Parts: sequence; structure tokens; C-alpha cells
Amino acid sequence: MRTRDLDAYFGATHAVRGVSLDLVDGDVTAVIGPSGCGKSTLLRCLNRMHETVPNARVEGEVHLDGRDIYARGVNPIAVRRRIGMVFQRPTPFPTMSVRDNVAAGLKVAEDGMPGRAAVNDIVEAALQRAALWDEVKDRLTSSATALSGGQQQRLCIARAIATRPAVLLLDEPTASLDPLSTQKVEELVYELRREITVVIVTHNMQQAARVSDTTAFMLMGELIEAAPTRALFTSPRDQRTEAYITGRFG
Amino acid sequence: MVALTYGAAVGATLPLLFILGHLLVQGATSINVDFFTRLGPNPGEAGGGMGNAIVGTLVIVAIAGAIGLPIGIGSGLYLAERRDSRLANLVRFLADVLNGLPSIIIGIFAWQVLVRPVGHFSALAGGIALGAMMIPLVSRTTEEMILLVPVALREAALALGYTRWRTSLAIVLRTALPGIVTGALVAIARIAGETAPLLFTAFGNQFWSFTLDQPIAALPLQIYVYAISPYDDWHRLAWAGALVLIGVVFAISLAARAATRSRLGSSGD
Repeated sequence: MRTRDLDAYFGATHAVRGVSLDLVDGDVTAVIGPSGCGKSTLLRCLNRMHETVPNARVEGEVHLDGRDIYARGVNPIAVRRRIGMVFQRPTPFPTMSVRDNVAAGLKVAEDGMPGRAAVNDIVEAALQRAALWDEVKDRLTSSATALSGGQQQRLCIARAIATRPAVLLLDEPTASLDPLSTQKVEELVYELRREITVVIVTHNMQQAARVSDTTAFMLMGELIEAAPTRALFTSPRDQRTEAYITGRFG
Repeated sequence: MVALTYGAAVGATLPLLFILGHLLVQGATSINVDFFTRLGPNPGEAGGGMGNAIVGTLVIVAIAGAIGLPIGIGSGLYLAERRDSRLANLVRFLADVLNGLPSIIIGIFAWQVLVRPVGHFSALAGGIALGAMMIPLVSRTTEEMILLVPVALREAALALGYTRWRTSLAIVLRTALPGIVTGALVAIARIAGETAPLLFTAFGNQFWSFTLDQPIAALPLQIYVYAISPYDDWHRLAWAGALVLIGVVFAISLAARAATRSRLGSSGD
């Protein structure tokens, strides 16, 4: 997946400015930067969620498997079905059971909902991959809101990967979690590498260093630099990157 | 000052307690199986009941619900989804105006357009008049309940590839449903006791009627007819009818509270 000259606006506010970023298939890419630098907006442009906000607008290109998802005639709904997303706060559907939450994306699958037995298998596999199966296998039919915050977030990851998306977008997925839950989610992101392309927005540089292959640094809507994570943190090319990662601002 | 507010608080409950106590004393003795199953007695005869009025009220409320619930919930969903559009603001304003209209005006209007052209009163006209009263009540509570659903849930569904309308129905409306049910029950309780709109529409009927295009009895109308009559037996029936009506409204209110509680109980955390 890659973006070319991507601009995003909220009304007159120019939130993302000419970002061209390559996301290597099967890698974890972290996007870091101070609050308000446009990193979440960039993420929301990758699955066409940005345009769901009133007065929001996107210019430029985002290529997925060589095709521009902003090309004329591309259905944003179909794009979102191929790209999973997890938000800052857990968003389990409160009226659904644990199982039905994980199966929620399957209901709108392009080729129809699989049969009941197949859904059960997919739900189990997704919960296994989200490292949640052992904790919820005995309460698949109880309400998802009964789970702890950390469990809810892993449930949301299971829900996002159950449809086998090509890309998984994580928007500060551990911002509302305790350290132990954060660690579990980070391990999970690390496990998902190679199977799925992951983009994780985080304001936590240690987290970016721990989980990502590539790190992109954004400032005031612009992509300052993107490099292999180790290189970016040890020998940044841009002074502003160096200033940020050494804690001189942000 | 504190004592005064205590006094006012007690005073706020007194009218209800007096009314309930009085109705129990006057009406409880006339409530028996006959009351629910029989027609009213001839003048001067003892016994009888208000079975036809109870059925009539159920029929009229069912018609009102069939009109008021879908339109009210649908427009409430629209108001919440298109919150700031000009049409939404206009609809919201008009719904508030309709909500504030004296109910007798709705009755007169229903008479003008639904009764006069066909030349006779009907259950349908009564149901439509009460349905019109329900629409703004249901619409505004539906809107408020939907706005309580976090935006994050809507975004989560959209990000899974749900279409906009499917997100609205399967996620947002479904999450708000307990609150909407509460609002619907409150609206039904409110219109079940309405009398004025029925005076010119359903009109009342001393006999059994199950046809929608004929005049039909209703509890509030029958209470009125019996209460202003000169017969003691009819007075007793009017008290009993008032007690049943208040019991029905009270039961619906309890159901609404139960629905609200189940929503709070299931929201977790």
C-alpha cells in the first residue's frame, strides 16, 4: 500500500499535507508525531473513513494492490471491507455477544455470510490470533460489554481481522489501556506481522520502537521522514525528527 | 427555606395520592369480571361493565401506534442522522409545535378531514388523531436516544464495511432500542387517556364494535358519559373505569421504567 501526494482537509484546515508514504506488505509501520500532527487523519484516509466526517475532503492517491482507492467508481464500502481498523477506545457493539461482535464484519462480506459452522470456526481462529480465545471461550454468548477494557480492545482486533483484511489500521490502540493490556496488544501486533500489513498510529515512541519495522514521523501535517525503525531512532536524517525523538518538543 | 421545599415536595405527591385513594374507594368495588366483559347496563339497572370501551381503547391505541411508532421512530432517526440539515431543523421545530398543540385542536382537525367527508364518526379517525399526537413524542425521544449512542460505534461499523443505512439500523438504532421502547411506552401511556381528540372522531359507542369505520367506545369517553349521567350505577362504573384507566397507564409507566433499567444494566463497565 502507498500514498501519493495525499492531502486531507477539515473544512479550511489542511490536516495532511502532500504525504507520500510506502507501506511494505507484511510490515508494521508506525506513524509517530506530536498531538495534532495529522497522523490519525492520515490513517483515516487509508480506508476512506476521513470523508465520513462532515466537510472533510481528500486529494491525492492511495494505492492498494496497485489500484487507487480514490479513483472514480471505487466504492468506499468495498475499500473498508478490505482494510480493518481499530480505534483509540474499544468499540464493541454493546447489543451483541462476544461471538457476534467478532462475526459482525462477516455479515457484510462481499461473497455473502458464511454458514453457521464456518462462522464459528472463523470466530475461534480470530479470537486465537487476538490472544483472547482462552479468556472468552466459555462466554462467547454473553455481552461483549462485560469484558475488561483490554479484552474489549483485543475483541475489536479480532473483529477487524476476522474478515481477513489486507491491511490493519490501529489508531492509538493502547491509549486507553493499562500497561499489561498494552503489552498484550503490542505482542499481538508483532504476531500479526507477515500475515497482514499493519499501520499503527502512536504517540508513544517506545511503542513504535518495539513493534514496528518502519517508522514515519509527521509534523504539522507533513511527513518529515520515514525509515527503518532502528535507523530512524538511532540516526534520523532530519533535525526535526531528532529533536522530537530526543524529547526536545512534542 | 429547607422546610418550605420539603413541604412543596410533599405537596407535589399529594394530588396523585388523593386521586388514587379516591378512585380506589369509589371504584374498586365495581371492578369484577363483568366489568371487563359486559356492556354498560340500561339506565336504572345494576351490574354491567365497560368491556366494549376497554376493547375500543385497545383498538384506537393500536391504530395510533401503527401510525405514530413507525413515523415517529423513522423521523427521529432522520433527525439524529441529519442533525444540522435545514430540513431536520424545520422538522424538529414543527414536531415541537405539534407536540404543543392543544389536543382538542387535533380532534377538530381530524373531524374536519376524516369524519366530515365520510359523514360518520369512526375508530380509524380516532386512531389517526391519537397517532398524530404520538408522532412528535416518539420522534423527539428517538432522536435523543440515538444521539446518546457514541459516534465511535457508528465509525466502528462503517470501518467494518457497513453501509450507512445498515450502520443506522443494525448498530445505532439497535443500541438505542431500549430507550426508544421507553419513549414509545411513555407516548402510549400519554395518548391512552386522551379524551378531547376522540370526542369528534371515535365519538363513543354503547355497543360492541370491531369495525374501524364505525364509531367505537373508548374508556375516557365512556367515563365522561357515565360520570355526567344522573344514575348512581353509571357513576360507580365511571369510577371503576377511571381506576382501570389509571391502572393501565401506571402499568405502562412501570414497563417503561423496567425497559430503562435493563438498558442501564446492560451498558456494562
